[in-house]
Amino acid sequence: MHKVLIVDDSKLARMVMASAFRRIRPNWTLVETTNADEALAAVSGGSVEIALIDFNMPGIDGLELVANIRKTHPNMPVAVVSANVQSEIIGRARELNAGFIPKPLTDEGLAAFLSGAALRLKKSTT
Amino acid sequence: MTEDASKLTEIEQDALAEIANMGVSRAANSLRLLVGEEVLLSVPSVKIVTREAASKLVERENAKKLVAVQQTFEGPFAGKALLIFPEAQSLELVRSIVGDEHTLEDVIDLEQEALAETGNIILNGCLATIANVLNRTMRMSLPSIVRGDGATLFEVQEPASGEQFVLFLYIDFNIKTRDVHGFIALLMDLPSIAALKTIVNDFIDAIEKQPSGHVG
Repeated sequence: MHKVLIVDDSKLARMVMASAFRRIRPNWTLVETTNADEALAAVSGGSVEIALIDFNMPGIDGLELVANIRKTHPNMPVAVVSANVQSEIIGRARELNAGFIPKPLTDEGLAAFLSGAALRLKKSTT
Repeated sequence: MTEDASKLTEIEQDALAEIANMGVSRAANSLRLLVGEEVLLSVPSVKIVTREAASKLVERENAKKLVAVQQTFEGPFAGKALLIFPEAQSLELVRSIVGDEHTLEDVIDLEQEALAETGNIILNGCLATIANVLNRTMRMSLPSIVRGDGATLFEVQEPASGEQFVLFLYIDFNIKTRDVHGFIALLMDLPSIAALKTIVNDFIDAIEKQPSGHVG
C-alpha cells in the first residue's frame, strides 16, 4: 500500500485517475490536489510516496512543480500525466527523473508506471 | 433556447475543458512535428457566449485581419473547428513548415495549400481525440480557408444555423522560437450543446459507477 498524490486542475481528470486506481490498486491511498501550491504543501507533509502530475495547469505548470519537488525529494517516483506528447515535454520529464503517462489515461499506462514505482520504493527501503 | 442547454454545470464545464485540452494537446504534437519547434499551449477556456462575444475574444490582442482554416464536423453533435491566425503571421507559419530556404514568392504560392493541410492535420487530430475519448464517431468536412475579422469567421451576421448562442472552446498556442501564435476554436450550436451535455454526463457517470471495465 502506498500513498499517491494526484495533481490536476480538472476534476474530471482526477475522477478518471481515481477510477483507474479503484481497478488497479484499490488499496492505495489517494491525495487529490488542484494546483502546485496545494501539491507542495501535501509533499512537505511527508507522507506522500508517489506523485502523478498534470502538465497544463494554470499558474505553475506540472514540469515546474516536478522540479520543485525534486529539490526536497530527489528519488520520489513521479510521473507527468499529459496529452501533450511533444518530445520536449517528455524530454524535460526525463531530465527531472520523472516518468510520462499519456492522456487519455489507460489502465495499462498507469499500471506500468505504478509497478515500477512500487519496485523503486521497495528497493529504497531494503 | 432551453434553460438546460444555456448553462453548463461546473463539472460539465470542467469535463469539456479537459476533453478539449486532450484534443488540442495531441494536435499540438502534430503541429510540432510539422514545424520542428515546440508548440506552447494555454489552458483551455469553455464558454457559452454569443457569436459576437466569441469573435471579440479572438480579435483581442490581435489585428482584426484573421485567417482561419475551418472544418465542419457532424456526429452525435455538430459544429465547426477553426485554426485561426492573425493574417500577418500565416506566411511565417507556412515558412516554418516548408523551411526558411524558400523565397517569399514560393511561400505565398504555397500558403493556401499549406494552411489547408496544416489545419486538416491539427483539427482532425483534435477532433479524433475528442471523439475517441467520448467513444463516438465524427465525420469531418474538407478544410476551407476563410479570411476576415472575427465576425466573418463566426458568422455573426447570418449564422447558417440561425443561432446566436454558441458553445465556444478555445486554446491559444505559440510556436516557441517563431513569431507565430494562433487559436484553436470549436463552435457548437445549442442543439449540439444539449447532445454534448448528455454524452459528457454519460461519460462522467461511467467513471463514477464502473469499478471495473474501461473508461476514458
